Amino acid sequence: MNFNASLKIMLWALILMLSVQTARAEELLMVRIERPFDDAINDLQIAIQEHGYQVARIQRVDVGLASGGYATAEYRLVFFGKPAEMREIEDRYPQLLPYLPLKIVIFAEGNSALALSYNPALLQTFFKIDPLQSRVQQWEKDIRSILNQLSRP
Amino acid sequence: MIPKKVQQRFFIPAIIVGLALSALSTSTSGAALNGAALYEHYCAACHGNQGKGGVGVPLALPDFLAVANDDFLRKTIRLGRPGRVMPAFQQLSETEVDAIVAYIRGWAPAHTAIVETSPIKGKSERGEKLYASFCAACHGDRGEGSHGTGVTFSRPRDLPVLAPALNNPGFLAAASDVMIKTTLIRGRQGTPMLSFLKRGLNEQDIDDIVVYVRGFAQKPLPLPVKAGADEPPTIERMSPYGMQQTLDKLKNAIGGANLRLIRTESFDQAFAGKEKENKHHVVVDSCDFNFLNQALKIDPRVGLFLPCRFILSEHNGKVSISAVNPKRLSEIFNNSELNQLCDQMYKVYVDIIEETVF
Ligand code: HEC
Ligand code: HEC
Repeated sequence: MNFNASLKIMLWALILMLSVQTARAEELLMVRIERPFDDAINDLQIAIQEHGYQVARIQRVDVGLASGGYATAEYRLVFFGKPAEMREIEDRYPQLLPYLPLKIVIFAEGNSALALSYNPALLQTFFKIDPLQSRVQQWEKDIRSILNQLSRP
Repeated sequence: MIPKKVQQRFFIPAIIVGLALSALSTSTSGAALNGAALYEHYCAACHGNQGKGGVGVPLALPDFLAVANDDFLRKTIRLGRPGRVMPAFQQLSETEVDAIVAYIRGWAPAHTAIVETSPIKGKSERGEKLYASFCAACHGDRGEGSHGTGVTFSRPRDLPVLAPALNNPGFLAAASDVMIKTTLIRGRQGTPMLSFLKRGLNEQDIDDIVVYVRGFAQKPLPLPVKAGADEPPTIERMSPYGMQQTLDKLKNAIGGANLRLIRTESFDQAFAGKEKENKHHVVVDSCDFNFLNQALKIDPRVGLFLPCRFILSEHNGKVSISAVNPKRLSEIFNNSELNQLCDQMYKVYVDIIEETVF
């Protein structure tokens, strides 16, 4: 085999490997927190703030369900973001607003809790806005780190 | 000095191999090849830290690990169970999958794994009748498995452990006939799955059932697996009205659809405070708690769709209204039953939005 041919094959192998990897990114990020719910949600808020984000609101879904007469364990939505980033997106890329601010769902499962979020990388799959690439990567990194921090005992 | 020609010959391929290796290693990033850490990262959220089960079925069962050989575990991890929540872990390397399998093995005493893969012979028509009387109550008429997932949130449910889908292409590709047969003979202590020898079936009956279950592979799945992959991420329409009028009409439409209105505020109010808020982007949150209660039984992760949120945006005097497209978001859950609910939710959203801009 000559040099060019082997180069070509290796290049293709590389491209294939990279594309398989990006196509297969985890779209949903979820962790188990081996602590009672109240501790878990407390730690979640701290972790969000430690990563430089502001908690915008905590929606108590369980309270809504209970008021409708449905039995449920604790179930909350935690909305968060960086104010300047959110304002910039509002001005420049309002098409993203239905998916923002960032959100982590947290609910009780017996004596532990589960927390999950969609992978922010999904926003790039959905909207393909090049100037937002690095921002979205940062969000992914932070959300992974927040969730990992929680999953540690 | 190395001649240029030779440099090219070795240097460029070396760079490419190096790049390829580094690309490979990104999938291993952080987690050294440690089965426990990999399991905790990829599996524990659903199957529990000690394999006791949760959203997913328990794995740390002696009766399960006695019949499931490494090949079954590897294939299950790779292929997942399409449409049944269990993801396909295509991004893991061979060594990572092996490390996870070895870790799971550690939960049960060493055993002689089933290596027999030759097909079992039997009568499918007989198996069909036996299946209907002995299996369908838990695994569904067409092998579609029990409804929902394993997390209960203190909700009553008929089975403490979910009965897996037997018609699932991931299951059928991973399980050999002998594995299915041995499962029926032993049962799985600690779950509702019993030994059918003890329940009075003989070996011929069991063979017939195995042949019938294998035949699910030829039948179409009752629910589509990938329904919304080509859907746009949001539902969006232009409104012929101004901001206030659109808002009023939206609130009426939400009430008309029997959703409870939760709040109306500018998108950035929680961040900017009342004085600095941008009034051109208004969020209207609502919820149908009855529907939500149904949805939580199908998938406890549906909070990601909440609340039912409509965004009104004003740009150069023109108002548009948008919402998440539930059909598209549902794709990331790998749950066919949820796809169905998201179809319904999609229709509700479109109705509300169209009534608003009508
Ligand atoms: C009372 C409910 C119930 C009945 C009846 C029942 N099963 Fe099961 N079955 C289960 C549950 C629950 C599991 C999951 C056990 C576990 O967590 O490993 C299971 C597991 C299995 C598995 C292993 C699936 C996998 O993914 O590894 C097979 C195969 C199976 N059942 C076949 C059958 C057949 C065939 C019949 C009829 C002869 C039957 N079952 C009857 C509840 C039931
Ligand atoms: C999002 C939740 C989820 C995650 C993450 C997950 N699983 Fe599963 N898994 C499930 C569900 C649900 C089932 C049962 C499918 C059914 O009911 O048809 C299952 C089934 C299985 C089975 C078949 C069990 C049996 O009785 O045959 C194995 C093995 C398994 N998972 C291993 C893993 C491993 C290993 C990982 C991590 C690499 C993992 N799962 C990650 C939800 C999950």
